[in-house]
Amino acid sequence: MIKIIDYKAGNAPSVMHALERLGRKADFARRPQDLGNATHIILPGVGSAKATMESLREMGMIVALEEAVMSRKVFFLGICVGMQILFEYSEEENTDCLGWLPGRVVRFDAGRVRVPQMGWNQVHFVTPPPCPVTDEYFYFVNSYYAVPGDQTDLWGQADYGGLFAAAVCHDNIYGTQFHAEKSGEAGLSLLRNFLDL
Amino acid sequence: MLTKRLIACFDIIHGRVTKAVRFQDNIDVAPAEELAVSMYEAEIDELIFYDVTASAEKRPIDIETVKKVARSVFIPFTVGGGIKDLDSMYEALKAGAEKISVDSMAVRNPQIINDGAKAFGSQCVVLSTQVKRTNTMPSGYEVYIDGARLATGMDAIEWIRRGQELGAGEICLNSIDQDGTLSGYDIELMKLAEAAVSVPLIASGGAGAPAHLKALFTETQAQAAITSSMLYSPRMDHNYSVSRLKEYLADNGIAVRPAVCATL
Repeated sequence: MIKIIDYKAGNAPSVMHALERLGRKADFARRPQDLGNATHIILPGVGSAKATMESLREMGMIVALEEAVMSRKVFFLGICVGMQILFEYSEEENTDCLGWLPGRVVRFDAGRVRVPQMGWNQVHFVTPPPCPVTDEYFYFVNSYYAVPGDQTDLWGQADYGGLFAAAVCHDNIYGTQFHAEKSGEAGLSLLRNFLDL
Repeated sequence: MLTKRLIACFDIIHGRVTKAVRFQDNIDVAPAEELAVSMYEAEIDELIFYDVTASAEKRPIDIETVKKVARSVFIPFTVGGGIKDLDSMYEALKAGAEKISVDSMAVRNPQIINDGAKAFGSQCVVLSTQVKRTNTMPSGYEVYIDGARLATGMDAIEWIRRGQELGAGEICLNSIDQDGTLSGYDIELMKLAEAAVSVPLIASGGAGAPAHLKALFTETQAQAAITSSMLYSPRMDHNYSVSRLKEYLADNGIAVRPAVCATL
């Protein structure tokens, strides 16, 4: 069963709409026990890393996620802030994150580029993971970006005043800094490929 | 590389897209959902919805139309009009909008920018403002509200600077002077704005030919342009397809997300 984690600051309905378009049946997960029969988990993200971590903690979701993703190896996709919290720490409001992947999350340099980054940027996929995609334009809205501690976790890069991690993957864990659910046909295709894993 | 965005901005009246000149005399164009889908298929980069009569009719935003569109297009879209508090922002976001645009209401209650940014993140809050040239303001531009009808006595550049401080993640400048003239964007206004704020800027009002987009994107740092009239206004001699505009921009060395189909 595909599960979309629904928390107050997230945009779970947008992800659900995209999955409906793909003809996939998915449920919202709002309680830890909702993840019990998950085959794929999507964590949408808007807003701040701190608010997202707090929401997940209040829902009692962190332990359930770790059990599903780290122990049972359920396929996981974190989008935007949902990708950022995969790392150990975010500069945004000094937030300790999940730490599933080594690395930290830092802010774009407002002296060099307009912050937030808002718009369509081309992603170059640097490692061919089992979830195939081609270099395409995806929609980004972010002030912060991840710096993976392990370069082999880097999946795709884009350029905004310098190269940054646009997508990461490690075993069953995937993350996209861009909003796949709002990236037109390229985004829908990426979601379809993830769900076919 | 981040590309320049072309945005279709729909003035919605009772679920239908209309087109106005200088914020008046709206004429009917098409049902909102139908035009949204055709724009999506033509690979427009973003959509903005203004429920233009919601505030005047003292009703909430037309959430059913927002929901219908959210189910059928998979690009970012912003909604505005009839947003009066955090609850109405939340409802629009839950219906599938990415960003909330605040305009006249933010002038009356600037705190809403700050509240929205704190609750949903700055990236969710677009400060849209209607401005008109004047020699009575330090910057040469004054803020108007209520469909460009009411002068506020506020300096436009001062206002967007304050909007950014309060937490707006993007700013849309609508030139009242240029709106509907099809004679080009207000380049001077955008230059003043880019020097005053660091968030992304959207230019609106005046586009009538591809060269106006080229001028905007080469002479200013604007990251996005509202191109509604060129795309579908029945008042124009002929409309341009999204792909034709993007090809023209790409040929002129401006980075855009390529459009592959040409359905319009």
